[in-house]
Amino acid sequence: MARKQGSDTEATNGLEFQDSVSTLLERRGVTRREFMKFCTAMSAALALPPAFAPRIVRALDEVKRPTLVWLEFQSCTGDTEALLRASNPTVAEIVLDILSIDYAETIMAAAGHLAEANLDKVVREEKGTYIAVVEGSIPMKDDGIYCCIAGRTALDRAREVCGGAFATLAVGTCASYGGIPAAAPNPTGAVGVKAAVPSATVVNLPGCPLNADNLTATVVHFLLFKKLPATDGLGRPLFAYGKRIHDNCERRPHFDAGQYVEAWGDQAHRHGHCLYKMGCKGPETFHNCPTQRYNDKTSWPVAAGHGCAGCSQPMFWDSMTPLYKRLPNVPGFGIEATADKIGLGLAVGTAAAFGVHGVLSAFRRGDDSEGAKED
Amino acid sequence: MGHLYEKYVWEIPVRATHWVNVLSIAVLTLTGIYIGSPATLGATPSDYVMGWVRFVHFTAAYLFAVSVASRIYWAFRGNRYASWREFFPILTPAGRRNMLATFRYYTFLCKKGPQPVGHNALAGTTYALVFVLYLVMIVTGFTLYAEHAPLGTMHKLTGWLLVLFSNQTLRLTHHCVMWLLIGFAIHHVYSAWLMDVKERGGVMSSMFSGYKAVRTKD
Repeated sequence: MARKQGSDTEATNGLEFQDSVSTLLERRGVTRREFMKFCTAMSAALALPPAFAPRIVRALDEVKRPTLVWLEFQSCTGDTEALLRASNPTVAEIVLDILSIDYAETIMAAAGHLAEANLDKVVREEKGTYIAVVEGSIPMKDDGIYCCIAGRTALDRAREVCGGAFATLAVGTCASYGGIPAAAPNPTGAVGVKAAVPSATVVNLPGCPLNADNLTATVVHFLLFKKLPATDGLGRPLFAYGKRIHDNCERRPHFDAGQYVEAWGDQAHRHGHCLYKMGCKGPETFHNCPTQRYNDKTSWPVAAGHGCAGCSQPMFWDSMTPLYKRLPNVPGFGIEATADKIGLGLAVGTAAAFGVHGVLSAFRRGDDSEGAKED
Repeated sequence: MGHLYEKYVWEIPVRATHWVNVLSIAVLTLTGIYIGSPATLGATPSDYVMGWVRFVHFTAAYLFAVSVASRIYWAFRGNRYASWREFFPILTPAGRRNMLATFRYYTFLCKKGPQPVGHNALAGTTYALVFVLYLVMIVTGFTLYAEHAPLGTMHKLTGWLLVLFSNQTLRLTHHCVMWLLIGFAIHHVYSAWLMDVKERGGVMSSMFSGYKAVRTKD
C-alpha cells in the first residue's frame, strides 16, 4: 500500500496530491484501458447502469486521496488477507492504494509508538473527513480488556477513531455483528462496531471473509456520489446485500425442478444439483456471492459443491448451525432433538391422549344431553 | 325438559371461514412439509416440482390470511355466537364458572358439563389461542416470503422482524407452530365428535347447516 513504496512515496508525496489518479496509475504501470475496465466493473458491482462508468472515471480522476485507517480488533485477519489476495496486483488494489492508508497494522511499515502517532495525527487533523475501516469484533466485558492495542482497549480506540470519522466501514462479519468471537457463550462480550459505538456512521460489509470487491465498490460509491450507499435494515449496502443468494444461485433451477443432493458425493452432487437438503443457507442469506464470487471471481462455496453457511447474516454461528441441516435445533433441548421429532411426538401424544379419553367416555353413562340449553 | 327446536347459530361467514381454514391448513401443512424436507421428484432440470409446490403453498397462504382476516372482522359484526366475546369467557364470572365446569366434565370429575348454544367455554378460549397461532403463522410466513423482494412493500412492512429475530428463528417458529396446529386439529376433531355424541346438539352437522338442536328453558 502507499507506505510500501518507501522512498519513492516520500519523494513524490507532495506531487501525488496534485496528480490525478490516472496519472498515478500510469506511473505504476496500469494502462488507461485497464483503468477503464476497472471503472466499468465497478459500475456493475454497484448495480449502476453502464452509463455511469465514465462518471466513475471522472470521480476517480478528481479524487484527492481521502485518508483511510484500518483498525483491527478481535479477528483472524481474514479480511485483510481477502483484500490482499483478491488482486496481485489489480487496479482494485491500486485504487485503494490511491487512498492514503495511514494506518493498517498488518501491512504498515511503521511500528510501535510511531504507528500509533500516525493514527493520532489522522484523528486530530482530519476530523470528520477520513474513512475508518474496522476488522474484527470489539469486546465489551470487563471494560474491554480482552483486546488492547498500545495499552488501550479496542472499545476506547474505536470510540475515538470511528467517532471522528466521516464514516466507518465494518468489514467482515465480526466487525459488523460480532461474528465468531460473539458466538455463544461469547466469553469476551464481543459486539460489532455499531453496537460498540452507536454514535458512529457505520456501513456493514459482512462476510467471512469480506468480499474485497464490495469494499472497493463502497469506496468508489463514496468517491462518486460523495455519500454512502443505501443500506438495508442490517446496515448493509443494498447493491451487494440486496438480494438473496438463493435467488441468484446457479443451482436454483435444480431447486425449482425438485432435484436435490441427498448425500455428499452422490450422483446428484456430481451433477451439480441443489444443496438445499444438505443444509444450504442460501435461501436465508443476503449477499452477492453468486454474481461477484471470491478470489477475482474464481469461485464461491456453492459453486465448489458446499452449501452456503450464511456467514454474512448476524450471529450466523449460532443461528445458521447445524450447518448441514435446514433448521436450527430447538433451543433448550439436546443436540439431536429436532423440531420434527418434538412435533411428531406432540401429534402422536395428542392422538393417544384423546384415544384414551374416547374409550373412557364410551363407557361413561348418564352424561347424555338433549341438545344445548337456550340461555 | 324444554321443547327442542332448530336454532340458527353459525352464520355463513363463520362456516365459510371455518371450511376455508380447514382446506387451506391441510394444503399448507402438506406443501409445507414438502418444502421443509423435499424428496427428489424432479427428473430433469426443466421439471418444476418445487416451483409448483411453493406456488400452491403461497396461494393457500393468501387464501388463509384473507379467511382469518374475514373471521376477525366478523367477530365484531356477526351474531352473539360469532362475537369475539365467545373467545374470552375468562373475562366474565359466568364464563370462568363455565370453563371450570367444562374442565371437570372433560376430566371425569363430574357427570354433566354445561350445554352451551355457541362455543363451550374451554373451546372458545382454545380458539383465541389458535387465532394467535394463526397470526404468528401469517406474519412469519409473509415475512419469509417477502425476502425474495427486499425493496417490496411487504418486506418494508415485515423487515423489522428480521432485525429483531433472525430469519432462522422465524423459520423454526413457522415450522413448530405447524406441529402445534396439527396437535390442535386432532384435539378439535375429537372434541367435536365427543360433543356430538354426548350433547346430541348436532354440532358436527351444524358446521355445515348452521343449525343446532336447542332446548327452550325449562
